[in-house]
Amino acid sequence: MPSIHFISHDGTRRTVQAEEGQSLMRTAVDNNVPGIDGDCGGQCACGTCHVYIGAPWSDHLGEVGDNEDGMLEFTDCRQASSRLACQIRITPALDGLEVGLPEGQH
Amino acid sequence: MTMTWADHQAAAREDAARIAVAQIDPGNPDYFENDTAAHYFARLRRDSPVHFVDSPLHGPYWSVTRYQDIMAVDTNHAVFSSQPGITIADPPQGQGLQMFIAMDPPKHDVQRKAVSPIVAPANLAGFQDLIRERTCRVLDSLPRGETFDWVEKVSIELTTLMLATLFDFPLDDRHLLPFWSDVATDVPELNPASPRTREQRSEELHKMLAYFTQLWNERVNAPPRGDLVSMLAHGEATRNMGPLELLGNLVLLIVGGNDTTRNSMTGGLLALHRNPAEWAKLRAQPELVENMVSEIVRWQTPLAHMRRTALADIEVGGQQIRKGDKVVMWYLSGNRDESVIAEADKFIIDRPRARQHLAFGFGIHRCVGNRLAELQLKILWEEIQKRFPVIEVVGEPVHVRSPFVRGFRHLPVRIPA
Repeated sequence: MPSIHFISHDGTRRTVQAEEGQSLMRTAVDNNVPGIDGDCGGQCACGTCHVYIGAPWSDHLGEVGDNEDGMLEFTDCRQASSRLACQIRITPALDGLEVGLPEGQH
Repeated sequence: MTMTWADHQAAAREDAARIAVAQIDPGNPDYFENDTAAHYFARLRRDSPVHFVDSPLHGPYWSVTRYQDIMAVDTNHAVFSSQPGITIADPPQGQGLQMFIAMDPPKHDVQRKAVSPIVAPANLAGFQDLIRERTCRVLDSLPRGETFDWVEKVSIELTTLMLATLFDFPLDDRHLLPFWSDVATDVPELNPASPRTREQRSEELHKMLAYFTQLWNERVNAPPRGDLVSMLAHGEATRNMGPLELLGNLVLLIVGGNDTTRNSMTGGLLALHRNPAEWAKLRAQPELVENMVSEIVRWQTPLAHMRRTALADIEVGGQQIRKGDKVVMWYLSGNRDESVIAEADKFIIDRPRARQHLAFGFGIHRCVGNRLAELQLKILWEEIQKRFPVIEVVGEPVHVRSPFVRGFRHLPVRIPA
């Protein structure tokens, strides 16, 4: 089970053991990690699972899809490292992943 | 003999079971005046989930009644356009008001991106204390030991104060905000009971523009402040807005935050009253208030539908929709869809995944003020809990006769002395 590190806006770190094949959003929500909401249940339809994933981890993720890009456009404080956690699947390559959380979801 | 709410429910349950499904026109305003639409939607979800009817009132239109089909339509903005309008009734030609809720990309995106940061949670954090102070003042001034109208004294008063706070609008003129909201949404051509003509409506909207233009001019020439008008006046993307665009965005913010939050404030009280075990749960575990707020919004679904127009032929739920067809997403129905929401017909304040409801919509048009609405409701219920162990609902609610705004005109209540 890959370890995922969630880092809050205020710097608090939470480490979670994730299930392979689950979405990063589901991993956060099921483990009560505050700061990721996933209101639409993971259908790329709300933008409330907005996270920041920088290099080198960003190289291990799939490309940002069109729908994902569309919803990311409306998040607050979109960065180059912005992703929607519901569009990211947990794989062994993501063991140790560092996920930054925004100040809030909108 | 006046029918009670329970009488209406019993009659509708029977009618919805017996009626030929092809005849069901779920946008019938009677169903909303009597709060009986749920029975017809249950029938449609089961027997005609994507349902066509040629309505004597609304003309021909499709109703989408299941959660997943609604999600599919809401997220497919390339095929399902928000132009010319997003209500079951068509807007009249050339009404002049441009709101991004009724626009498609690319213009929608430009406008929404300009306005959205202004109601972002980080921005709203600064309003919390003021919202709480105003909420406390209203609650502390409520009559005790006598019947009063919760809609008038709490829901309308608080929502209006909230809007005035956000705009830093002169408090003495704050009644103009819900008034202008009503003017903007009341379209005389479509509403025989409208108190004004098309010309009068236009005149009122001009007065509104003049008033806000004056506020704008004051704020643009002053250093930037935390209110919505100042933020729009100084914002990179918004400070060069033309007058019609400015008016449209202001109207959208006022309308968006007016009826909706108001009706959730009333709906939450009624839901707790009708589900006393849930109220007991809240008293025992006050920290449930945040989850309860989401459940209240699902339960009330303050905007019963949103409408789209098909830009191409497309299949939805096994039905062939044609280019140009009117397609109505019934959020009210999707929010009772048991195939997605467990025990959807029950008001459960600690239900898991309470945020996964359709009342704010999904996709690029998802309600931009949703966190602000939740914040107001959370503060309201926190302060109610500190003060009033009991609020009695002492009479039947009077509903708004509209298939769009799912709301209340009156709710008689009494707080024991």
